[in-house]
Amino acid sequence: MWERFFSEMTKETLEILRSVAQFLPRLMITLIIVLIGWVIAYVLRYLLRSILRLAKFDRLSEDAGASQFLKKAALPSTTELLSRFVFWVAWIGFILIGVSVLGIVGLQEHIGRFFGFLPRLFAALFVFFFGLLAASFFSRAALLASVNADLPSPRLIAATVRTVIVIFSVSVGFEELGIGEHTILVAFTIVFGALMLGLALAFGLGGRDLARRYLERRFMHEHKEEREDELSPL
Amino acid sequence: MPEETILNDDFLRELMNVGEVDLLVGVPTYNDARTVGQVVQAIRSGLLKYFPRQRAAIINADGGSKDNTQELVRAASISDMHHADNLYALRTLHCISTRYTGTPSSGTALHTIMAASDLLRANACAVISPDSTSITPEWIQTLLQPVVNDVNDWVTPVYRRHKFEGLLIRNLLYPMNRAVYSSRVREPYPTDFAFSGRFASHVAGLDTWSEEAARVGAEMYLTIAAITGKFRIVQTYLGPKSRGEGAPADLVAAMRRSVGTLFWSLDSTFNIWSADLDPEPVVTIGPEHELDPEPLRFNRKRLHDMFARGVGELEPVLRSILSHSTLCQVQQVASSPEGELGYTDELWAHTVYEFAAAYHKSVISRDHIVQALAPLYRGRTYTFLAENRDNSPEALESNVEALCLAFERSKPYLLEMWNGRK
Repeated sequence: MWERFFSEMTKETLEILRSVAQFLPRLMITLIIVLIGWVIAYVLRYLLRSILRLAKFDRLSEDAGASQFLKKAALPSTTELLSRFVFWVAWIGFILIGVSVLGIVGLQEHIGRFFGFLPRLFAALFVFFFGLLAASFFSRAALLASVNADLPSPRLIAATVRTVIVIFSVSVGFEELGIGEHTILVAFTIVFGALMLGLALAFGLGGRDLARRYLERRFMHEHKEEREDELSPL
Repeated sequence: MPEETILNDDFLRELMNVGEVDLLVGVPTYNDARTVGQVVQAIRSGLLKYFPRQRAAIINADGGSKDNTQELVRAASISDMHHADNLYALRTLHCISTRYTGTPSSGTALHTIMAASDLLRANACAVISPDSTSITPEWIQTLLQPVVNDVNDWVTPVYRRHKFEGLLIRNLLYPMNRAVYSSRVREPYPTDFAFSGRFASHVAGLDTWSEEAARVGAEMYLTIAAITGKFRIVQTYLGPKSRGEGAPADLVAAMRRSVGTLFWSLDSTFNIWSADLDPEPVVTIGPEHELDPEPLRFNRKRLHDMFARGVGELEPVLRSILSHSTLCQVQQVASSPEGELGYTDELWAHTVYEFAAAYHKSVISRDHIVQALAPLYRGRTYTFLAENRDNSPEALESNVEALCLAFERSKPYLLEMWNGRK
């Protein structure tokens, strides 16, 4: 009986040792991949930070209003944030590749999903950022045009333009990420439709006289003597 | 060769049929049927009357008019009106109308005229705006003679104007151009001007025509090219200019064409204007300025309101352009009641220079920077009108001179802002 026991013990021990011997090289490879990944991610971070600094990306994001937003949230600059983001995404990618080498059952599928999600995440971030940039540019353009055309409430016009563009880019971004696709699309449609209807009613009913005066000024050239531009600038 | 790119095949063929000419008069047009006939007839009369022995051509560069402008030019050029005045050409007077490709712009039209002048080897060329309805045949002689006789390269006009016309020129373009480039050209944004064949060849070959600022404000761009290229410049008195002639309909468009181009030019000419330049007086044929003191109705209250409201509404935009101290001073001025508003010469010079530096650094969209200057210009205009309402033309001129000196004194400030962080 003792003989049988020792034989089984030895067999199992050898089996464990064989498994460990088989696992150890894979663990070593995993660690090496993680280490190389860290180096590559660090280099990527350094390169991206240098390129963004050269391209004055912080100024662009300041223009988009993203910098002010980050400052309020006590976050670093957009250049730093983007560099860190790329570092972590790259390193996590390498960690997952390393883990996949271990051959743990069921993990491959999750890793595949993660890599499949990355392009959509980048696309969504791209849409968010350029949405902010476009919102800032067009709202400023609307503000300047309204002030120079002497329209009432220029800041309201600018804020409306900004809000519509931000809502639009957020809805496109979420749609790209696959988060609440239908809800956000419907919400956007309702908000946008309501806004347009509200503006139409406000301008059509509330601002009838204003609309009439504006159209008269625009197309019938009445009250021409009141225009300051009558003093030819050039 | 630049003409290979700008001149189309049909136009080239017509120019080659003409051969060489001594004089060329260009008329850039776009939907100018209302006035162009009268202008072309005056040009034709001027050429026949004052230059009958010279080989001459009238070139119309059209941007694709839909109101028969080109047909009217051709009709005016063969009209026999001049026979009534016993005007006969001793040489053939050619008239060619061409439609240039691309969007209508004064830059493309003038580039086409310059390239044509270069190809025809014209000695002297003039450009007349189709809006210049106060043109007389004498304008052609007055503009071309300084080039034909005295080997001048760039001839700018001096007009008799109402004392409150051309306020952007008097309050910004002339003082800043004079301070920065040390050249006293009274009309740095001319709509009627003349130039030598040498200048046309030089300018036609420049590669900056593709830039938006050069296309939109070509008149300003050419003046700066003449100054910075050390060409011989002369001013000549043309007489009265009707109100609103050649001026863009609205202030922002006028500022884009003139101020935008002036700011844009500072980048490429930095090495020239940042050096200590000796002031170069510009010879003037006739009076250097003539002002009409007749009373003129304008809405000062609206100017004040638009200035005050503009400064308030645009505060976030102005904060990214102006320094803290200048913005505070501008806000203080904007908060003054109507009768007490005073936008001083020094503050105005500092404001304009800070805008120029912000344009150089592209702190925001460059077009937005030019647009943001419009409300502040209204404040300055208000002050200028209030100060000079009852002034004689001489007193007004001395005020303009004081403003020019303020711009000159502040030039180091421009350099400081140019190189500084903000």
